[in-house]
Amino acid sequence: MPEPTNLTVAGALNAALRHRLEHDPKVLVMGMDVGKLGGVFRITDGLQKDFGEDRVIDSPLGESGIIGSAVGLAIRGYRPVCEIQFDGFVYPAFDQIVSQVAKIHNRSLGAVRMPITIRIPYGGGIGAVEHHSESPEAYFAHTAGLKVVTCSNPSDAYWMLRQAIDSDDPVVFFEPKRRYWSKGSLDTSAAQAPLPLHSAQVVRPGSDATIVAYGPMVATALQAAKAATEDGRDLEVIDLRSLSPIDTATVVDSVVRTGRLVVVHEASVTLGMGAEIAARVQEKAFYSLEAPVLRVGGFDTPYPPSRVEEEWLPDVDRILDAVDRTLAY
Amino acid sequence: MTLHGHVPPEPDLVQLLTPEGTRVQHPDFPLEITDEEIKSLYRDLALVRRFDGEATALQRQGELGLWASCLGQEAAQVGAGRALRTQDMAFPTYREHGVAWCRDVDPVTLLGMFRGVSLGGWNPNENNFNLYTIVLGAQALHAVGYAMGVTRDGAVGTGEPDRDTAVLAFFGDGASSQGDVNEAFIWAAAGNLPVVFYCQNNQWAISEPVERQSRVPLFHRAAGFGFPGIRIDGNDVLACLAVSRVALDEARSGQGPTLIEAYTYRMGAHTTSDDPTRYRLSEELETWKHRDPIERVRAYLVRQAGVAQDFFDGIDAEAEELAVRIRAACRALPDPGPLSVFDNVFVDLPDELAEQREGYREYLSAFEGAGH
Repeated sequence: MPEPTNLTVAGALNAALRHRLEHDPKVLVMGMDVGKLGGVFRITDGLQKDFGEDRVIDSPLGESGIIGSAVGLAIRGYRPVCEIQFDGFVYPAFDQIVSQVAKIHNRSLGAVRMPITIRIPYGGGIGAVEHHSESPEAYFAHTAGLKVVTCSNPSDAYWMLRQAIDSDDPVVFFEPKRRYWSKGSLDTSAAQAPLPLHSAQVVRPGSDATIVAYGPMVATALQAAKAATEDGRDLEVIDLRSLSPIDTATVVDSVVRTGRLVVVHEASVTLGMGAEIAARVQEKAFYSLEAPVLRVGGFDTPYPPSRVEEEWLPDVDRILDAVDRTLAY
Repeated sequence: MTLHGHVPPEPDLVQLLTPEGTRVQHPDFPLEITDEEIKSLYRDLALVRRFDGEATALQRQGELGLWASCLGQEAAQVGAGRALRTQDMAFPTYREHGVAWCRDVDPVTLLGMFRGVSLGGWNPNENNFNLYTIVLGAQALHAVGYAMGVTRDGAVGTGEPDRDTAVLAFFGDGASSQGDVNEAFIWAAAGNLPVVFYCQNNQWAISEPVERQSRVPLFHRAAGFGFPGIRIDGNDVLACLAVSRVALDEARSGQGPTLIEAYTYRMGAHTTSDDPTRYRLSEELETWKHRDPIERVRAYLVRQAGVAQDFFDGIDAEAEELAVRIRAACRALPDPGPLSVFDNVFVDLPDELAEQREGYREYLSAFEGAGH
């Protein structure tokens, strides 16, 4: 693929998996239905046909089994890429992720590495039944020993997944499922990724206020910034990309310039990523702040039935409402 | 006769050495073993017990924060441990001190986590003995994942004795109720993986008797998952060795998983924090003392093999030397420095964690030279 390509997020993820399977014999793809079906979202489409049943592995049904067996493979020297079908299905594997994947490198005093990538489609807005629309990223970002990232566009989907698979530390890779079919161009032939895996990126420069978003909310934040121009407001939008570690410097630099910050995510606001970012910004840029940091996110309720999810999820209007409040402060 | 063609005889417990020290033959599991080899097993058992007892003493004297004794389970562990080949991999719980011994892991290394100077602290791939796992059941899945890797590496069924590899997963009667153990059974069966599940049924999960975990003998569970299960006298080191060898051989040759239930008894407390007098009768312990795993080997060696007292005196002396060494080495284990908590959290240390470490370093340096 020498030319810049136009791909969906899903296609870019597939291309990244294919690249790593081709170039690293230790990479294995495993999960439920990742074989012939190509995964419930078709992210692994065609991979088993090309790389075989012993490298693209249809596992029995059991999330703990998928992650626990990946741990054993990692001890044996493999580099497993696990698929969890939906955000709300990850909890049966929580012990394996938090107590084993995250801790074994430390427990072994560095003797054993856990180069495991755990792919999780997350977030709502697709009209699904319960457990298919959640945003559990904060649980994992809270856990020492895990790195947590999320992509918002095809280029990041491709490069960040490649980087995650190459990471010698375990990476929980959140995929914005409602953006799977968003298209964008990317250059898969570049020698290296455009950005380090754990860097945030200013995706729209602006001067009046900063919006930090990630994953599915980046597109929504950009729409809000575009709408705000009609009111003569120039918003900066940062795609956080890495949730652990957090690229605090990029956020702080922006806030020093704009003086105002709104953090947007689908996850419930209490003890979410927004809380951590607000804490860091007030620690590092207290005298630059012209207004309190505001959070726009899911309410502190269970994710609602799909017929009401559009009310629950942050949208352009709720972001603009927060922008109004921070600018009016 | 192989395990995979095995029909459990009555009684459902393979025994090759009676509690009285009499060698008996089992039609399905003949064991050719010399008296010299049995003496070597006796040495293993005696040294493991001495080490284990010393660790309990070290806890009582405040040198360890906790100890999980393997008292009474030495035969179950040494028998399985001595059936392993160098290339095989063992996945222990936190009580497999006898298996660690057989894998040449220095007992002092095991003490680190119980003293609180590390959270494990050895390289699983150095002796092919995985780190102790405290959240029980998790290690059974690690074992099947490792076995998936073994299979993919082509290290099963080649017929080359130094290449074919088996994985031995340890757990107990309590952890047999964990979802992870049952998922491990499913993974192993579905993938026909070279793994032997070795359940030490020591009758007690802290205070809960095995009846709390199962209404059928634990080894019967294997049938439902589609692989052989067998119960052995877990206090008979010869039975443990013989049956483990067969199961591991069958795993290495590609015949798939086996469940071995080593029927034994936790003669001590669950850990040094436990008080078994609150939940079990001393008569039960007395009954099991008559089935002691070491005494029967000694009785065999004295009565049937004619081994002289010199041999036992020698082992006792070696055990004392071991205990002295362990005691000194344990007390000499250095406390980790405060900044070590940042080590090995990641392979690639994130900037923000490096900053946190630097902040703590600066904070600590403010006290230097300040006296008290």
